[in-house]
Amino acid sequence: MSRRRAAITGIGVLAPGGNGTKAFWALLTSGTTATRGITLFDPAGFRSRIAAECDFDPAAEGLTADEVERTDRCSQFALVCAREALADSKLDLDNVPPGRIGVSIGSAVGNTITLEQQYVVVSDTGKHWVVDPAKASRHLYRALIPSTIAAEVAWDCGAEGPASVISTGCTSGLDAVADGAELIEDGRADVVIAGATDAPISPITVACFDAIKATSPNNDDPAHASRPFDANRDGFVLGEGAAVLVLEPADEARRRGAHVYCEIAGYAQRSNAYHMTGLTADGLEMAEAIRVAMGRARLAPEDIDYINAHGSGTRQNDRHETAAFKASLGARAYEVPVSSIKSMVGHSLGAIGAIEVAASALAIEHGVVPPTANLYQPDPELGLDYVPLQAREQRSDAVLTVGSGFGGFQTAMLLTRSRSGGAG
Amino acid sequence: MSDDSQRALITGVAAVAPNGCDTNSYWAATLSGLSGLRPISRFESDGYPVRVAGLIDGLNPAELCGDRLAVQTDRWTQLALAAGERALADAELVPAELPPYDMAVVTASSSGGNEFGQLEIEALWSRGPRAVGPFQSIAWFYAATTGQLSIRNGMKGPCGVVVCEQAGGLDALGRARRALRRDASVVVTGGTEAPIGPYALTCQIASDRLSRTADPQRAYLPFDTDACGYVPGEGGAILIAERADSALARGVDQPYGEIAGYASSFDPRPGSGRPPTLRQAAEAALADARAAPHDVDVVFADGAGLPGPDAAEAAALAGLFGPFGVPVTVPKTLCGRLYAGGPPLDVVAALLAIRDGVIPPTYGIGELAPGCDIDLVREARTGRVQTALVLARGFDGFNAAVVLRAA
Repeated sequence: MSRRRAAITGIGVLAPGGNGTKAFWALLTSGTTATRGITLFDPAGFRSRIAAECDFDPAAEGLTADEVERTDRCSQFALVCAREALADSKLDLDNVPPGRIGVSIGSAVGNTITLEQQYVVVSDTGKHWVVDPAKASRHLYRALIPSTIAAEVAWDCGAEGPASVISTGCTSGLDAVADGAELIEDGRADVVIAGATDAPISPITVACFDAIKATSPNNDDPAHASRPFDANRDGFVLGEGAAVLVLEPADEARRRGAHVYCEIAGYAQRSNAYHMTGLTADGLEMAEAIRVAMGRARLAPEDIDYINAHGSGTRQNDRHETAAFKASLGARAYEVPVSSIKSMVGHSLGAIGAIEVAASALAIEHGVVPPTANLYQPDPELGLDYVPLQAREQRSDAVLTVGSGFGGFQTAMLLTRSRSGGAG
Repeated sequence: MSDDSQRALITGVAAVAPNGCDTNSYWAATLSGLSGLRPISRFESDGYPVRVAGLIDGLNPAELCGDRLAVQTDRWTQLALAAGERALADAELVPAELPPYDMAVVTASSSGGNEFGQLEIEALWSRGPRAVGPFQSIAWFYAATTGQLSIRNGMKGPCGVVVCEQAGGLDALGRARRALRRDASVVVTGGTEAPIGPYALTCQIASDRLSRTADPQRAYLPFDTDACGYVPGEGGAILIAERADSALARGVDQPYGEIAGYASSFDPRPGSGRPPTLRQAAEAALADARAAPHDVDVVFADGAGLPGPDAAEAAALAGLFGPFGVPVTVPKTLCGRLYAGGPPLDVVAALLAIRDGVIPPTYGIGELAPGCDIDLVREARTGRVQTALVLARGFDGFNAAVVLRAA
């Protein structure tokens, strides 16, 4: 079988703390946190009233009035990121047959904000179970089905190849990038616009995480609320954002002289078949995903230079993934730096996996490992090097990034420096 | 292709449809013309311009999946859990006897747990944040069905969820096959949908594609001169896809068929002047199956039920097979469009057509719309069915095609 491998040749990021890839990387390397009190709605009465929000003005980001009217915030994020990624790739899509361009976008909760706002309108603020269709926006169907996110991106870049939304909860972003890489590997597409987006900061999403006490109630100190691997962590901080990547076959990217950030060397998904929200302390399924991904990438534990962790900021996650790293990497787990960017940009559900792929690619590109912010008192039960507070200059040739989510899904992906350089 | 490690067989099926809540009753209804389209009676829908839906009566899915799961899942997931159980039984496959990492779940969803979501969102807006229950976080999102199937059956392999409106139901099968080629020996796949709650229906009405005809017999007439929109419905199908080598090793001797080809495509932006791409998807799926158009014994069409999309599909079929060049059927006129659940149900019908040597008809169609130069099967046709092409299109231009072949 042919071994085409996907390379990342363009990156677009919209994350809390600054729009665009440059601002995102500046935030990560400075160790600054973008978590704050919720401003997108009035959070009075909620248990967790903090989030990592994007300061996003769709018109200022170049979207037309039409695009804004028919799309949810999450689609708007995806469009802006896709445009940045394509510009960054310097790829002229006019030279690619439309049927060879694919789109793979992850999203955990899709167009929630629009669905909730419209519900409030058609139900007269929750007064009627039988809501009034006459009051609905003419674009409401676009909100019910998250596939519209991929459609918007495909239209925008003229893609007529395979297009889809992947929605595996909090591993959606990694899974969508993996799905895009598979389109390249299987020869079904020559360019894939792959990434993920979520804009979940709405009352219903905040309330549903309140109900299971998954989010941090540290409302008095939002800047220090997201504390993965810290002894004083108390839940994740909800975030929003998107990242989109341009994927091309590595050989062809090099041939056209593209700047290659890194290659997607291997990935694997496993499930714990245990609980929709609970994780076992042994992390065996994530460890298996890491082992399989390493096997596909033909990498040994010694080759891994940096682990971009899931690091959501819950106690069960910290134990689960730390055990997974130890089980899959053995002694190497204790040597390799591990960090969580969710300490800075929060947990944007399905989007974060793609944002973390972008961060991992940039770690290879710039030779810097982003830190885990707010890590003042490492949990003594864990025992790995979680890169507290300050970014570290370090060359990385191979980065492991992992995700873990509701449904029991565990995904691992390995990114490697391109053979003939490009990066750095 | 003879490499059994690369072939994906279907070894178990379970339909859960408006005109038959298990596979046998669905197939009997499909052949005899029993319709599951009826007036919407689940809620007081007098104020709604849409009067008819494909509804599953006589089945309480919550009963089938147990009280504990019933309170934490939407009807869409319950339908899939019930069908999943039956599909495994049909495949005579006991998950506990297989290595957990070799089994995976890949389903499609279009609108997730929308009725559960409406209940919780109503609680929030009428009674405040503390009224939202603990299961909203796991019942509403699109991955709920795959997650619950994985947990219930101890399946720890590479799971997935694809969302491409109606087309997603075939995309799930394509991904199931890919998982079999990479990492798994068994994949529970397919999809279900339960979109007939008041808010979800309101959202669909906004698309302006739903039929407003009150007569269930006249409401959904794809390719007909009187095509006036589609009828939405609930249900779908769960299938057991299995790598041929491991299926043979465990003694499967009569698989339903093989997923021989799959492809997908996306239509250009409306108004771009470029043609739609359904035909390309169908051609690519045939090429993937190493089949030629003349090998195809029947096409299960998408059947949008709207003049423009019907004409486009008919043109794609006439272009690929020649005018009236292949038998075309739309058994979903008896069920409505089930979104992510629709294509897996069509796949079940296609596999049973292969098994029984009979093409199920398209009931209720009168005169074909001008330009629809297709051989629409109006009465069941008996004869050998070796290869079937199943097509699906999702809102906005998602196209998918699957080629099924007798194993």
